[in-house]
Amino acid sequence: AIPVRSSRLPLLSDAMPAPAHLFPLIRNCEISRICSTVCYCHHKHLCCLSHFAHSHFRYASQKKLVALHRPKENFNHFIHTRDYASTPQRFYLTPPQVNSILKANEYSFKVPEFDGKNVSSVLGFDSNQLPANAPIEDRRSAATCLQTRGMLLGVFDGHAGCACAQAVSERLFYYIAVSLLPHETLLEIENAVESGRALLPILQWHKHPNDYFSKEASKLYFSSLRTYWQELIDLNSGETTDVKEALINAFKRLDNDISLEAQVGDPNSFLNYLVLRVAFSGATACVAHVDGVDLHIANTGDSRAMLGVQEEDGSWSAVNLSYDHNAQNEHEVERVKMEHPKSEEKSLVKQDRLLGLLMPFRAFGDVKFKWSIELQKRVVESGPDQLNDNEYTKFIPPNYHTPPYLTAEPEVIHHKLRPQDKFLVLATDGLWETMHRQDVARIVGEYLTGVHHQQPIAVGGYKVTLGQMHGLLTERRARISSVFEDQNAATHLIRHAVGNNEFGTVDHERLSKMLSLPEELARMYRDDITIIVVQFNSHVIGACQNEEL
Amino acid sequence: AAGMFLRLLSDVRWRAANPKWRRMTCSRRSTSSTAEPHPVSLPAQAQVVICGGGIMGTSVAYHLSKMGWKDIVLLEQGRLAAGTTRFCAGIVSTARHVSIELKMADYSNKLYQQLEQETGVKTGYVKTGSISLAQTQDRLISLKRIASSLNVMGIPCEIITPKQVAQLHPLINIHDLVGAMYVPEDALVSSANVSLALATAASRNGVQIHERTSVSHVSVQKGRVTGVETDRGQIQCQYFINCAGQWAYELGHSGEEPVNIPLHACEHFYLLTHPLKEPLASNLPTIVDPDGRIYIRNWQGGILSGGFEKNPKPLFTEGRNQLEIQNLQEDWDHFEPLLSALLRRMPDLEALQIMQLVNCPESFTPDMRCIMGESPTVRGYFVLAGMNSAGISYGGGAGKYLAEWMVNGYPSENVWPLDLKRFGTLQSSRTFLRHRVMEVMPLMCDLKVPRWDFQTGRQLRTSPLYDRLDAQGARWMEKHGFERVKYFVPPGKDLLDLDQSKTFYKPDWFDIVGSEVKCCKEAVCVIDMSSFTKFEISSTGDQALENLQYLFSNDLDVPVGHVVHTGMLNEKGGYENDCSIARLSKRSFFMISPTDQQVHCWAWLKNRLPDDSTLTMEDVTWKYTALNLIGPRAVDVLSELSYAPITPEHFPSLFCKEMSVGYANGIRVMSITHTGEPGFMLYIPIEYALHVYNEVMNMGQKYGIRNAGYYALRSLRIEKFFAFWGQDLDAFTTPMECGREFQVKLEKGMQFVGQEALLEQKQNGVYKRFTMFILEDHDTDMDLWPWWGEPIFRNGRYVGKTTSSAYSYTLERHVCLGFVQHFDEKTGEELVVTTDFINQGEYEIDIAGQRFQAKAKLYPFSSLFTHRRRKDEVELSGYQRE
Repeated sequence: AIPVRSSRLPLLSDAMPAPAHLFPLIRNCEISRICSTVCYCHHKHLCCLSHFAHSHFRYASQKKLVALHRPKENFNHFIHTRDYASTPQRFYLTPPQVNSILKANEYSFKVPEFDGKNVSSVLGFDSNQLPANAPIEDRRSAATCLQTRGMLLGVFDGHAGCACAQAVSERLFYYIAVSLLPHETLLEIENAVESGRALLPILQWHKHPNDYFSKEASKLYFSSLRTYWQELIDLNSGETTDVKEALINAFKRLDNDISLEAQVGDPNSFLNYLVLRVAFSGATACVAHVDGVDLHIANTGDSRAMLGVQEEDGSWSAVNLSYDHNAQNEHEVERVKMEHPKSEEKSLVKQDRLLGLLMPFRAFGDVKFKWSIELQKRVVESGPDQLNDNEYTKFIPPNYHTPPYLTAEPEVIHHKLRPQDKFLVLATDGLWETMHRQDVARIVGEYLTGVHHQQPIAVGGYKVTLGQMHGLLTERRARISSVFEDQNAATHLIRHAVGNNEFGTVDHERLSKMLSLPEELARMYRDDITIIVVQFNSHVIGACQNEEL
Repeated sequence: AAGMFLRLLSDVRWRAANPKWRRMTCSRRSTSSTAEPHPVSLPAQAQVVICGGGIMGTSVAYHLSKMGWKDIVLLEQGRLAAGTTRFCAGIVSTARHVSIELKMADYSNKLYQQLEQETGVKTGYVKTGSISLAQTQDRLISLKRIASSLNVMGIPCEIITPKQVAQLHPLINIHDLVGAMYVPEDALVSSANVSLALATAASRNGVQIHERTSVSHVSVQKGRVTGVETDRGQIQCQYFINCAGQWAYELGHSGEEPVNIPLHACEHFYLLTHPLKEPLASNLPTIVDPDGRIYIRNWQGGILSGGFEKNPKPLFTEGRNQLEIQNLQEDWDHFEPLLSALLRRMPDLEALQIMQLVNCPESFTPDMRCIMGESPTVRGYFVLAGMNSAGISYGGGAGKYLAEWMVNGYPSENVWPLDLKRFGTLQSSRTFLRHRVMEVMPLMCDLKVPRWDFQTGRQLRTSPLYDRLDAQGARWMEKHGFERVKYFVPPGKDLLDLDQSKTFYKPDWFDIVGSEVKCCKEAVCVIDMSSFTKFEISSTGDQALENLQYLFSNDLDVPVGHVVHTGMLNEKGGYENDCSIARLSKRSFFMISPTDQQVHCWAWLKNRLPDDSTLTMEDVTWKYTALNLIGPRAVDVLSELSYAPITPEHFPSLFCKEMSVGYANGIRVMSITHTGEPGFMLYIPIEYALHVYNEVMNMGQKYGIRNAGYYALRSLRIEKFFAFWGQDLDAFTTPMECGREFQVKLEKGMQFVGQEALLEQKQNGVYKRFTMFILEDHDTDMDLWPWWGEPIFRNGRYVGKTTSSAYSYTLERHVCLGFVQHFDEKTGEELVVTTDFINQGEYEIDIAGQRFQAKAKLYPFSSLFTHRRRKDEVELSGYQRE
């Protein structure tokens, strides 16, 4: 009953035929039409391992981690797909339906103004996410530091489940905030905890209702964090905290805690399973810390931070504030190779993946790439049955000789904000796969400054026909109307990322088809997308700059 | 003169050397690169100075010089025909709603046709015809109405089917059309060349033309033009003509004595394309698609297409100089809806290559009609401007009428709808103009339905009762800036939205007005009529009486307390104004005129009354609130409120008394209602307005009093055969022609204006006769309603047009008022209209091509109504136009 035989799978590594291969699967012509019009071909993510080929394998062409799935469940997926395909169905969403999908997770925060006193360099931010996985594996966080100055914003792209991304999104900012706290504040906090007094709040979160925190694990997480600050108190170097160092320490410490918690386990079986899931899944993180004109980006993995700069002529350009940690980054490949013996050089990076499996070269969790084989076996065997049944956790990466192969240490970039730096975009690779950063800068820039900045058209001496002009004007109008539809820059960006046609304008039909894809298909055409757009306050930045001069 | 003409030619030659100019005009003159000629010095004086060398200035110069005025100087700040005229689309279209505009366009067309032959200047005149498309049935009705008017004027015109449209024009998509109107004699011209041809002819007739000369201001002494100041010196003159187009407003305000010329420019876009593969024939008809808001004409093998968008861009609100006109930007995004409409209408044009999007500002006026005539404040200051983008269609006719006006004292047609004096200072606010033209420009293409009210520039002048009335459901219309009630929507009743209420059929307020009329007939109603123009004229001696006796046709030497209905006639006996005058005392008079007479009547009297400090005239319009108490129970209400005897013995009809109403003293009460119904007009000093209104409403409750509006008033006056000035009566209508001989005292012992003309008419008979028509086979619910301007047919032959109409709730029939003429069957010559001629005919009224039988009457249905004394029946007056 399963129409795709394993022998065909290697062919999928060739990009273009990928959708074509699905056609025998799906006889419904409606779907084939969608496939032919909307399929993105992310050949760089395709990976097929010969020794995986015999197992039932999900068509996760874009999966960050090539994963083994529970066979029964996977089998059902195919059945489901067939059922679905044999039922003729119209793929059409009305504009309001499209909007309700796009806006379901949008969130905006405006920094409150205080009569010109202590005004922030951040005006506010818009964030949003659009799931492709079910459930979504991306997470986002935003918070204002209360005991120090500054604002923290981050996007987290999970793989092999969402547990790790969830844990990182809850915990990382506390680690960063604690790393930044001066000695006295740490003491104050410790004393308060010690004597059972009310704790000074460290962070003010800016959360969408869907952004949940795990209640069960909060005690465990808190005790790990307390251990961290107690160590910081003991270590008291007396030096002022350097943001870059704090970020690096926080990232490394959290990853370390995740690893330790999984090794130690927890008497509560639910928590025990949770910490194991966190450790065995993975997450990338891209975090921004903004304090006045000082912008720090700490990045681990392949999410990306991009600065939108308005040039003097009003046009928009993009400045990367992070480096992707993946096979496309020569320095990363070089680093990984440096860290392991020459004998492993060939097996370290295969098919653009770490050990032929993992796309990001740095990540939280993913203890399969960090622990020794013995440790992995011990933990899995002593772990709960669910873990034992999972083929993925039991599976040891090939050519696994000198762990760890993976680190959570971030690369930190410091940037002094200038008045022409208008906004920052933090987004998971779901966005960057579909859009060039230059387009992102233009779309957000035009959105934030309003449509009146749209350059007027002049025919001049060019040969333009009435029909061409009409087409061009209609697109421009559509662009304007799509701007008016969105109150959130991140939503606007997602609308473009998903609905853009070859002209770079939002095509409602395409948008509607992309969003009406069933869960199983959605992942093949796009990844989870999570975006935070931070808008800077040019006046404050200008004033700060002048003060410094 | 010959030298001057040579100079003009050298100008033209210079222009031909300018490549930009050559492209626009396709001048076929030699392209010698002569440098600019040395400017000829300006004359020290001239009879007439015209400012503006566009189509208007040159047309006036042409016609004035043809009529024998030779001492004329035309000044142009840039080059001849270099402003809006140069950019104009060059479409001569006669399909106009207003009859005087139609006549101007028809004359222009005929003038341009022979202009090339007359002057030798190529005008590019091509008779292409024009097709106006209808996408909806309502639009077709609108076109049919125009077609009826064109046909009776002898202009060929027919309503055609979409299939016929396709035969006339190969590119048109006809799938969404319901019909069209074809006017085969409409034409295309090169507007700049027409203007040059007119200038050439004028120059030959002696008109001096000076380019590159700008007028800085006009000098005025004692309310008369004495000269103009230019950047090249001064010219003394008797007459000045402001033909400065969109700069006319600024020029009008540049002098010490401002002349208000209410117009405002808007950007106007049209598209030029390269030729089609198979170039379009130059005689292909022009397409007007009002539902798509566009026009399309052939242009050098390609097309020229523009339109009137819904969201116009007004410009030069702060006033700018002409240099900026060259730098106006193309705005494709703004043009997009029009381009879409064009490609929908002619889908085959997709592959056609764009040449240019031209941005050419056009000036628009507050009521969509052009502005001509003499300033009410400065004598000798004439204006011709504000063409609402139809400059080339009106150019010839407008120039002719203004020339006649100056030479003969008045044009050969009634131009009141275009008269500058229909506006006052209140329309000269820049903000008002900016807002209003943004409404007017889209209206160029909107459906013109009866009883349309402007939505912008409202609530400017209001009665003190405005809020009270508004809270009671008043729906408002505007006249001369004054808010007036149309009718009152009863609580709990909803009317249609503004857009949906547009109809040529029975309107949604029909029953509402019906009940107001019923209340006027059976009980008593209050109508706020404060908008009427009110003057007080008084003197220390008998000067007031003497002068008024000369200026008005009826006998004003009546006992104090009497009210006289009288015409203010011109020399030809025509109505310049129709008013009621109350003699307040031996030496003072209170004069009530229609609302829009405020400027015209003031100027007319000012110019004719002696400049004498013992004789004073004051505009007291703003001082009084006027309440009209109509109905059989009005007398009861008033007597209870005043404790004064109001019986006919004490207060006969056409009487005026100052009395107290409620607590308020000094209320002028007149026993007139402007409708023929019994009742009173109360002229209340404004501070008492609310008090008196409240008292009247409270006291009236037991008599069934209610508010009413002007629609009820209109129905009442039309079924009583009352003529209204501005609607039915104009400067070309005499009292004899509308059965108002009794309002003229031919033997009052002294001469009065118009007396001779009236005596002659009395002797020889009249050539037109105001007649009342009752529609016989008209179904009020199902048939199109009459409006005004419908052709009247007698025994199948056209004899005239209606001037107003209303549904009579009493007769349960439609009543149309209009003039019947008698044309000789063979020669078309106008013959005397006799009573027998009126009574012995079978009549039909043509409503949008459909004819309805009508019964003609020369006297109102007195038998239908209660019999009243003679004086009541002769109470004929009326002041508003619909």
